[in-house]
Amino acid sequence: MVGQTLAEKILSEHAGHEVRAGEFAIVRVDFAYVQDGTGPLTVRRLQAMGIERLFDPSRCAVFLDHASPSPRLELSNDHKLLREFCERTGAILSEIGGGISHTVAAESFVNPGDVVVGADSHTCTTGALGAFATGMGSTDVAVAFAFGKTWMRAPEAFRVVGRGRFPTGVYSKDFMLHFIGTVEADGATYKSLEFDGEALRGLSIAGRLAISNMAVEAGAKVGLFPTDEVTRAYLAAHDRAGRFRALDADPDATYERVFEFDVGTLRPMVSKPHFVDNVSAVEDIGEPVKVHQVFIGTSTNGRLEDFQIAAKILKGRRIAPGLRLIATPASREVHIEGMRDGTFQAFVEAGGVVTGPGCGACVGVHEGVLADGEVCVATQNRNFKGRMGNPRASIYLASPATAAATAVRGILTDPREFEKDLRS
Amino acid sequence: MEIQGKAWTFGDGISTDHIAPGRLFHLRSNLPELAKHCLEDARPEFASSVKPGDFVVGGRNFGQGSSREHAPIIIKMCGVGAVLAKSFARIFFRNCVNVGLPALIVDTDAIHDGDELRVDLAAGIVENVTTGARLKAPSLPPAMRRIIEDGGLVEHVKKHGTLKID
Repeated sequence: MVGQTLAEKILSEHAGHEVRAGEFAIVRVDFAYVQDGTGPLTVRRLQAMGIERLFDPSRCAVFLDHASPSPRLELSNDHKLLREFCERTGAILSEIGGGISHTVAAESFVNPGDVVVGADSHTCTTGALGAFATGMGSTDVAVAFAFGKTWMRAPEAFRVVGRGRFPTGVYSKDFMLHFIGTVEADGATYKSLEFDGEALRGLSIAGRLAISNMAVEAGAKVGLFPTDEVTRAYLAAHDRAGRFRALDADPDATYERVFEFDVGTLRPMVSKPHFVDNVSAVEDIGEPVKVHQVFIGTSTNGRLEDFQIAAKILKGRRIAPGLRLIATPASREVHIEGMRDGTFQAFVEAGGVVTGPGCGACVGVHEGVLADGEVCVATQNRNFKGRMGNPRASIYLASPATAAATAVRGILTDPREFEKDLRS
Repeated sequence: MEIQGKAWTFGDGISTDHIAPGRLFHLRSNLPELAKHCLEDARPEFASSVKPGDFVVGGRNFGQGSSREHAPIIIKMCGVGAVLAKSFARIFFRNCVNVGLPALIVDTDAIHDGDELRVDLAAGIVENVTTGARLKAPSLPPAMRRIIEDGGLVEHVKKHGTLKID
């Protein structure tokens, strides 16, 4: 019998029978969630279906992260609707200040081998822990809330291999931008990305989460990492030591395509306006790009490690005149740890603003909406026209190091200029 | 069912931010108002000028980005008969099935802005009345066909009392 990919293994377990790429199956769902932008519609869909009880409220969650705290009465009323829903059904409520759904899901709820569906496209983030996690619409998640199951087409897999060692100033974000530039925004549509190779296997969970988070930017359904000792330690540090499982694809699994990269040859990358696959090495952007705002945070790069890297550059320096720096921790855990170890102090002393945890400026709702003609360098996952609230503004996507270097210089800057700081 | 109307062309990579912009996040519980801004950041005149039965015609990867189901819902609320594109982003396509917005995969290079189209949804055939070109969309997998035939995912669940695609 031919071996299985990670995606096939997890879906087969949850279907109760063997599932191969291309086949359809109804699968059990271990954890389902919505956020404040998609949740109100889920609540209304459940009402329309006549569903009053959830299959298992301890496996259903609502995250107030997109408009957090609410800047408008309409959104306050949406929050009220969601709070009342959680009270009525017993679903888990993650209040404002709790953080971004995907980050909190990794910290507190998702385990290796789980099937996870969320009404948010970046639900694929927790693929970093070896979970088949994928984004869907509000109605699909309503069905998961109601019955604890969903339908899936088992995806064909792309094996994405990163070999070698990351140079100083080059991170997992740069790798993923390079990969997306290679396959383009629809190059992996419907596929499972399965990451491998010593460079990727050697990443911290934060580094893996950044990669899995952006799987959807290549069109993929999931972005899966095998589990290992790093996964085990992460779960143990989050009170879930007993939930570790060793998971890997079979050596003879079938892949539709295989990509191999030597990460040692990579350079700091950006996605230029207005598409994620419009990538370039920072040093190849000819003319200086004047930047008005730098935003560090999000489910892509808003974890402690990301802020610590940025702080290495910011410490003892001031941000450039005419530039604003906004830092938004992805979760309460990140917020607390970054306060405790002085990371966020470095941001404030450099002239930046640290907000409460959440999606922050990334969704264009609040906490850093851009003005006409402005340019932002952001560590998030999308730079579509209008993404940060203004279709007449431009967004470059980058790593936390590139973002911090840019904040200090005022123009888009290769972080290797600060190589000595980054090595420390 | 046959629908006839005018083509509104959009390029490649139309995102859900083009369709339902993040700055209008606060209108997601007020869909009639949000629909007035449908596709505003791609073609500002679209929502106020589109006629019932007209078609949204995209290029590659239509609907990429956010999972917001509000995007296909407001396209449908504008009276659009179907969305035609060379390819669709995964979540958007699934949402179209769930909310009952017909989405057909065809080579849209054969369609120009303002062309008159006649679409047979059941057969997946697009006829360009203006140019005479005829396009055929691939048929959908049975799971999706079943949800569409039931009238969307909410009606599917009401009819079967659960999820039943096999």
